[in-house]
Amino acid sequence: MKFYCCSVKAVNEQSEFAINASGLTKRFGDLTAVDHLDLNVPRSLVYGFLGPNGSGKTTAIRMLCGLLTPTEGTAQVLGHQVPGDANKLKPKIGYMTQKFSLYGDLTVQENLEFIADIYSYPRSDRRSRVNDLIDRYDLEAQRKQFAGTMSGGQKQRLALASAVLNRPQLLLLDEPTSAVDPSSRRDFWEKLFALADAGTTILVSTHYMDEAERCHRLAILDHGRKVADGPPSELQASTGMSVVQIETRNTFAAQTELKALADVRSVTQLGIKLRVLIPESVSDPLELVNGVLSAAGLDAKSSLVSASLEDVFVAVTEQKRRLEAAA
Amino acid sequence: MRSASRLFAVMRKELLQLKRDRLTFAMIVGIPVMQMLLFGFAINTDVRHLAAAVANQSGTHLSRQLVADLRETQVVDIRYVVETPEEIEELLRNGSISIGIYLPPDFDRRSLDKRRSAAQLLVDGADPTILGVANQVRNIPLKFDTIAAEPKKAATFEVRPYFNPEKRSAVFVIPGLIGMILTLTMMLFTAVAVVREREHGNLELLINTPVSTTQLMIGKVVPYILIGLVQLALILTVGDLLFSVPIRGSVLELYGAASVFIAANLALGLFVSTVVRTQFQAIQMTIFFLMPSILITGFVFPFDGMPRIIQYIGEVLPNTHFIRLTRGIMLRDASLFELREELLALAIFTVIAMTAAVLRFSKRLD
Repeated sequence: MKFYCCSVKAVNEQSEFAINASGLTKRFGDLTAVDHLDLNVPRSLVYGFLGPNGSGKTTAIRMLCGLLTPTEGTAQVLGHQVPGDANKLKPKIGYMTQKFSLYGDLTVQENLEFIADIYSYPRSDRRSRVNDLIDRYDLEAQRKQFAGTMSGGQKQRLALASAVLNRPQLLLLDEPTSAVDPSSRRDFWEKLFALADAGTTILVSTHYMDEAERCHRLAILDHGRKVADGPPSELQASTGMSVVQIETRNTFAAQTELKALADVRSVTQLGIKLRVLIPESVSDPLELVNGVLSAAGLDAKSSLVSASLEDVFVAVTEQKRRLEAAA
Repeated sequence: MRSASRLFAVMRKELLQLKRDRLTFAMIVGIPVMQMLLFGFAINTDVRHLAAAVANQSGTHLSRQLVADLRETQVVDIRYVVETPEEIEELLRNGSISIGIYLPPDFDRRSLDKRRSAAQLLVDGADPTILGVANQVRNIPLKFDTIAAEPKKAATFEVRPYFNPEKRSAVFVIPGLIGMILTLTMMLFTAVAVVREREHGNLELLINTPVSTTQLMIGKVVPYILIGLVQLALILTVGDLLFSVPIRGSVLELYGAASVFIAANLALGLFVSTVVRTQFQAIQMTIFFLMPSILITGFVFPFDGMPRIIQYIGEVLPNTHFIRLTRGIMLRDASLFELREELLALAIFTVIAMTAAVLRFSKRLD
């Protein structure tokens, strides 16, 4: 009995992470799309890739599912080396491409049946599995509709349904919500959490802050490099920046004044408010800001607020650039 | 078992998509029928009704008789009657006529002179076919009323045309046309079918599933073999109904040979699809292969008449071998066994092209 327990524990330890990558690098000619990416994605979590367009999210995901060969570095996905062992990995993962990639001239049902056959899903259970997915992903009304004629949200639900058809242990979703309205995005995320609850590991890339905030863990990518990694709340708590929120009528003049300061890392305008990032090394950021603004004769109300994920994003990408400029 | 289910899944999907693609479906039927009608009627090596002009400066009974005889042959269609050879030259130059007949004032006297020609044919020699026709007209006999015609000397050779005694061009053209039509449609369909999936992003999804390259390739090819055979049936039917093109050999062997030829073109189409990136490039590449498949395979010009080096290139093209097969089976009642070398060449081509396609098709994006 004791032996049995030990062995179970050993297996659990071994498979604590769905993805282990170290030094993963991809170069296309002179361009380094992904630059020494270290990644540990624990199982059964929703893990986010946050980054602007061109930050290397798609390239990283493609390397992880074996579509691209890394220039340097290694990755283990569900215990398989990629791209070497990609064939063994493929039945265990579901992949949702950035662009809708099912067949526009097949119906919802035909698309799902095709995917089921491609995965050699047992013929006897195929019908019930397809019906189950059509039901769960709200596609009953579109069952006989050509996929090409559906709305963005419907296409996305179909893509997710086909990605999970073979009950993958790992789902790789490349900007799944980029062509979808906000309410469909909400629904979509609920479905993702339901899948994670059932034990699926989900790696999802996004450039929406609100989506990133919902992930269990998050990696922020910038120019192919990982600049931050952790649970969103932890990232927000450890930016190393104070966030000063300023309310003023003359936002333009205030911005000009603040940007001239060496200690101000960034100024972001949100309507009549400005969010100013100042390193924590400055002992009293409020005084610094108020001093500058009153000297310029600007009427403003300022207060310290906690960092949003967007502040984190601005802070980490800003830090990277400063380090580079210094070097 | 698993691989069979994946293979059938790809085939079923391909047929479903084809059924819904009305334009492609129309092309499957339309291209063969249109081309049969067009080329079956148009390509004619037995030239008649060449536009001609006559300048008869002699005006004798004998000369008028000769012009009447020429007209009767139907080889020339006399559209202009002029006075001088200069006028004939002018008509030749401006393209109004292809052949001019000049009978000089001393035509009667010259016609009695054994050492000299009695008259001249002024020919647009730029087109060798027309020159060939002129050579036929050259030996037309003169009919003297008063003087008994000299006994005609028999030609050294007697020509016996086998296989197509009525000299109907359609009989010769249509077996070759089968190869051209199948080359065009089969290569294009497969090349475009794969490239379209790449352009639409379907391929990125597919290569992330357990489906193997071989399953994907064979699954894409097999439905089109069936379509190619349907096209062949269509061509043979139209050929029989409109042009009375015979099938003297075994119909079954003809379909067998066509299956291998279709597979060869599909494999080539697949290979093309692994080289090109867009549908437009796929079409250009298909035309690049199609042109020599028409011009240097013996379809238009006799294969033996081409320079040796061009013949070698021609031997590489599947259509060269298929034309020999179709003409052999349809016109000469040859058996597939007699033509086995051609069939073997097609099979080798198929295997090489298919292997190259599978090797080149990567389940990766880089």
